[in-house]
Amino acid sequence: MTTIQARFQLDYGDFKLDVDLKLPGTGITVLFGHSGSGKTTLLRCIAGLQRAPQGKLEINGNIWQDSERNLFLPTHKRPLGYVFQEANLFPHLTVRDNLHYGLKRIKQNPGAVELEQTLELLGIGHLMERMPERLSGGERQRVAIARALALNPEILLMDEPLASLDFKRKQEILPFLSRLHQQLDIPVLYVTHSQQEVAQLADTLVILEGGQALASGPLSETQSRLDVPLAQDREAATVWQATVIEHEADYHLTRVAFVGGSLSLPMVDAQVGTPLRVQIYARDVSIALEAPTATSILNVLPATITGIADGRDSQTVVQLRLPRMAAETAPGSPRHFLHPWRSEVSQSVGNRCDQVGDQALLAHITRKSALLLGLQIGMAVYVQIKGTSILN
Amino acid sequence: MLSPADLDTLLLTFKVASIATLLMLVLGTPLAWWLTRTHSAWKGIINAVVALPLVLPPTVLGFYLLVLMGPAGAIGKFTTWLGVGTLPFTFPGLVIASVLYSLPFVVQPLQASFSAIGEQPLEAAATLRASPLDTFFSVVVPLAKPGFLTASILGFAHTVGEFGVVLMVGGNIPDKTRVVSVQIYNHVEALEYNEAHWLAGVLLLFSFSVLLVLYTALKSHPVAHPLK
Amino acid sequence: MLTNSSFRPILALALLLLSQASWAVTVLVAVASDFTKPMTEIAAAFEKATGHTAKLSFGSSGKAFAQIQSGAPFDLYLSASEKYPLELEKSGFAVSGSHFVYAIGKLVLWSATPGYVDGQGEILKTGDFKHIALADPSHAPYGVVAVEVMNSLGVLDKLRPLFVMGENISQTFQFVSTGNAELGFVGLAQVIDVNSGKASAPAHAPYLRPVGKIGSGSGWIIPDNLHSPFRQMAVLLKTGAENPAAHALADFLKSPPALAIIEKYGFGLPK
Repeated sequence: MTTIQARFQLDYGDFKLDVDLKLPGTGITVLFGHSGSGKTTLLRCIAGLQRAPQGKLEINGNIWQDSERNLFLPTHKRPLGYVFQEANLFPHLTVRDNLHYGLKRIKQNPGAVELEQTLELLGIGHLMERMPERLSGGERQRVAIARALALNPEILLMDEPLASLDFKRKQEILPFLSRLHQQLDIPVLYVTHSQQEVAQLADTLVILEGGQALASGPLSETQSRLDVPLAQDREAATVWQATVIEHEADYHLTRVAFVGGSLSLPMVDAQVGTPLRVQIYARDVSIALEAPTATSILNVLPATITGIADGRDSQTVVQLRLPRMAAETAPGSPRHFLHPWRSEVSQSVGNRCDQVGDQALLAHITRKSALLLGLQIGMAVYVQIKGTSILN
Repeated sequence: MLSPADLDTLLLTFKVASIATLLMLVLGTPLAWWLTRTHSAWKGIINAVVALPLVLPPTVLGFYLLVLMGPAGAIGKFTTWLGVGTLPFTFPGLVIASVLYSLPFVVQPLQASFSAIGEQPLEAAATLRASPLDTFFSVVVPLAKPGFLTASILGFAHTVGEFGVVLMVGGNIPDKTRVVSVQIYNHVEALEYNEAHWLAGVLLLFSFSVLLVLYTALKSHPVAHPLK
Repeated sequence: MLTNSSFRPILALALLLLSQASWAVTVLVAVASDFTKPMTEIAAAFEKATGHTAKLSFGSSGKAFAQIQSGAPFDLYLSASEKYPLELEKSGFAVSGSHFVYAIGKLVLWSATPGYVDGQGEILKTGDFKHIALADPSHAPYGVVAVEVMNSLGVLDKLRPLFVMGENISQTFQFVSTGNAELGFVGLAQVIDVNSGKASAPAHAPYLRPVGKIGSGSGWIIPDNLHSPFRQMAVLLKTGAENPAAHALADFLKSPPALAIIEKYGFGLPK
């Protein structure tokens, strides 16, 4: 399996970066953190725009940096694509010339068809003769993404590509990114401080704080970790990868399958087989000790408590796992049970969570309820999901 | 009206200024780029040295050049060793003196426009497989076009108008080192005010046109501010 | 706010200063740059002797001439030539009839290299030099005289291509002293060794007299008969017509102490 191995140590006095990550070679890995967490510095180190004195970087088996061997590939020799926070188009070149700038400088020129597809995907075909100053912020960013992709990079690095856009423009670009997500077969490293973008785009999530990686792993795994502040957040949620399996037109419902079973959702306008990202807020999850027989809540699923932590104010945060459906689990396949609060960051090689392992879930309940129910780690319980939202 | 001698000085002046401007761009571009990019401790010193002609009275600068380029001076000894003799009172000497004198007028606008470009386009170019040299010619030069325009015109105009240095280093030799500013001065000193007025008028008109062209060009340039 | 008691002493002081000024006056003098050294010494002697103050402004005669015509507030003008003072009298900027010769300029063919210039100026005919420096004859009096000398010696046309011309005599001196021009025509005052003793000359051949000794390098003091008289003329300007210090300085320039200084610096004395 192709992977990204990145180890960097860098000390600017008031800021230190010290990470050692193994990341999957496919899908979107989001580097999430607040400003000053080191997420952009990490991305820039991977691109070679910044040089960490101590570091080793291996992408798909190729060494891009190894400080022990004094090896450092300059940025222009790294087969990557980079999208900056500000689109950073060359102001003296038209959109077409911006797109061709990199193309002229690579040996194996991708065909015109491929470029056409990229333009199609990003919806910028009609802008080719414009100067960058005549583009909207969203258009500029789409051109910048196309410019990076045109090079057929082995990895795409995106540094908060939506941060400089207003809400409307963000909504304009997110669908393009989701489509990219489905069509790209190269790894994408995506820096953001927006939980919305995490929920919509991430397959793998790395949480950075103070220059260190607090957690790293499949999205819902990392989202539900109790040792990172994200789980305490009022907006705490887990995102499940699901697939449409049937529509119940009478009830105006859609059933989707995920690794831990199936869910009923309000009708989704999508064909059977369509992959969906379902977001479940922790505040929408309640816990029962026995299977509720009389409840209005449709989505009741068996789960195991894997962690309990104090939340804000009156809250307790409960981490749960929904066992992988037996039918979908290949017999004899290793199912190492993760103890997230103990797992080493470097061990948590991320994978798409619909491939291996159980489905993680987070619940926010009142501390009083937790006490009354006598919740403990290891208890088998039932979760009731009061609401869901579809992200794509 | 202008006498043939006056016309000769005009022609000579433009020749000196053109060659000096070309040399200043060739020398000043890498120098300005280095000064913009470097974190070296030498930066301040080199910056100050380049800017010195702005502060030194031209005749003082001219005097030191005369001493340095003379047979006993370091430059003079070097050029004698090279077999080209000493530089004062020669056309190349005049050009070299002009380059040193007007260099800040080329380096400083270039430096300003280079640093206005900022880090971002350079990084973008690097991520698009452009080597640093490639980036310089494909991104920096086009983006710094207003800077190059300003630098060339200021360098040229300043060389045309220089007086003190050429007076010292040139030796006022007709057709060889007698440039228009010296000729005007000669006319004034010789009480030939009418001739002086004519020549000064031509110089004034020239300078005004050059500056007018410069400011019009800068105003209409599409990339006034490199990155928005 | 000033009280009456604190104001009174200030007023008294101001009145005192004003009354001082009414008898000790300042004279502003424009001086040709070749006369820099002697005039500095003369001014010091003048101030000591009279109590007046002389403020000196050195520069080329032509520049001063242009400035005076544009209303520069000089009281007295010491030119390196006769041309400018007479012109100023004619145009009314100077007091009519006030001009007088204060010194006779002396020209030297000089080189910074010892032994290079011989005592007869033969080098002008035989020398293998690339540059000969002189003040620009189009406006500098020293240059005019230098051209006359070369003309008298019959070498003018031969030497003209080798000319390098200083804007004034000081710059010409720099061309030669830095060795950039092998030799050149400079003022005697610029190269004389003032400590070489009082100049003396045989009365029967004034142009051959050794006027002081050349301090460094080698030189040939040009005999007066090779050029027209190099008279340096002063004139009282309209601005200084009512200035007692200007009159006093004009008189002082003709006095024995001033003449001694003028001679010490290698200038000839007015006859």
